[in-house]
Amino acid sequence: MYIIIGGGGDVGYYLTRNLLHQGHEVLLLEKGKERYQSLSDELGQSVLKGDACEARIMDEAGARRADVVIAVTGEDEDNLVICQVAKKRFNVARTIARLNNPKHEVLFQKLGIDVTVSPTKAILSLIESELPGPRFVQLMTLKKAGLEILEMSIPSLSPVAGKPLNQINLPRRCNLVLIIRDSEPLFPTADTVLQANDDIYALVTRDAEEELRAIFGTA
Amino acid sequence: MKVVILGCGRVGATLATQLDQAGHSVSVIDSSSDAFQRLSSKFRGDKIVGNGAQEDVLRRAGIEAADAFVAVTNGDNRNILASQIAKEIFHVKKVVCRIYDPLRQRTFGELGLEAICPTTVVADMLLDSLSAIK
Repeated sequence: MYIIIGGGGDVGYYLTRNLLHQGHEVLLLEKGKERYQSLSDELGQSVLKGDACEARIMDEAGARRADVVIAVTGEDEDNLVICQVAKKRFNVARTIARLNNPKHEVLFQKLGIDVTVSPTKAILSLIESELPGPRFVQLMTLKKAGLEILEMSIPSLSPVAGKPLNQINLPRRCNLVLIIRDSEPLFPTADTVLQANDDIYALVTRDAEEELRAIFGTA
Repeated sequence: MKVVILGCGRVGATLATQLDQAGHSVSVIDSSSDAFQRLSSKFRGDKIVGNGAQEDVLRRAGIEAADAFVAVTNGDNRNILASQIAKEIFHVKKVVCRIYDPLRQRTFGELGLEAICPTTVVADMLLDSLSAIK
């Protein structure tokens, strides 16, 4: 695959290295003179000096034949423009943008950016999942399918504690995939009885999330 | 008419002052409060300090009730982002922005964003003026 990456910060640098290592053809664009110099000392021909927001530079970089364009600068507005220009002017099939402000996610999706990655949100989920006590964490979003993978621990006063699954009215588009009880994995069936402090992993549609929380008492 | 203007540089401040004098309701947003010194002392509109690419800042400026939104910060990309938020999230009827880079202006024009490119406008005017000598 031919992959163009915009923004040679830490993320851009490690991403380029990893993708090169996986055998892809990669071109990293960095506009800062000094940063470009130090990147090119290490990555050689895989770095080009220039602003990925400029169509002229992207043309020079061969955006027309790129399979993927990834924008990982520190500014959301730059990442948006890089991806929109790649899509509109160069018909790039897949565009991926780093989001610094998680609130921009909806907008980016509306504007046709294929994938958004929000480090802020990811770090928050990771930290939340390490906190003790009753919890409810979004582990992952499957954007195209409109699904979320959630982790929640059942509070001791939960209305579902002590009930078998076939007596619990789960939302229609929801699947409990795994229970961790005392560090042991348990694949749930209709007869599995839920207990307080069970860690539940569920696949659920975005709109059914709240219903699920209400049923489990983790709202 | 209620207008929200993002960017209180020379262009933003002049536009805000003119619209205010014409009797329109105007809010101006800038990331620096110093920028508001460019406004006329008689300016009656709202001045909001903040990052105009953030929805809550735009909300504070009254974008939900705005008839028009203008983005004239110094950054092309900031103007592009803010204008698209105004259009796609807040559904403002009239959205105009400034894009210095002619190529970018053309691309986003094709994507339905109304954008004025001072680079080509001024270059054309200069060319006109020069062609008068012969």
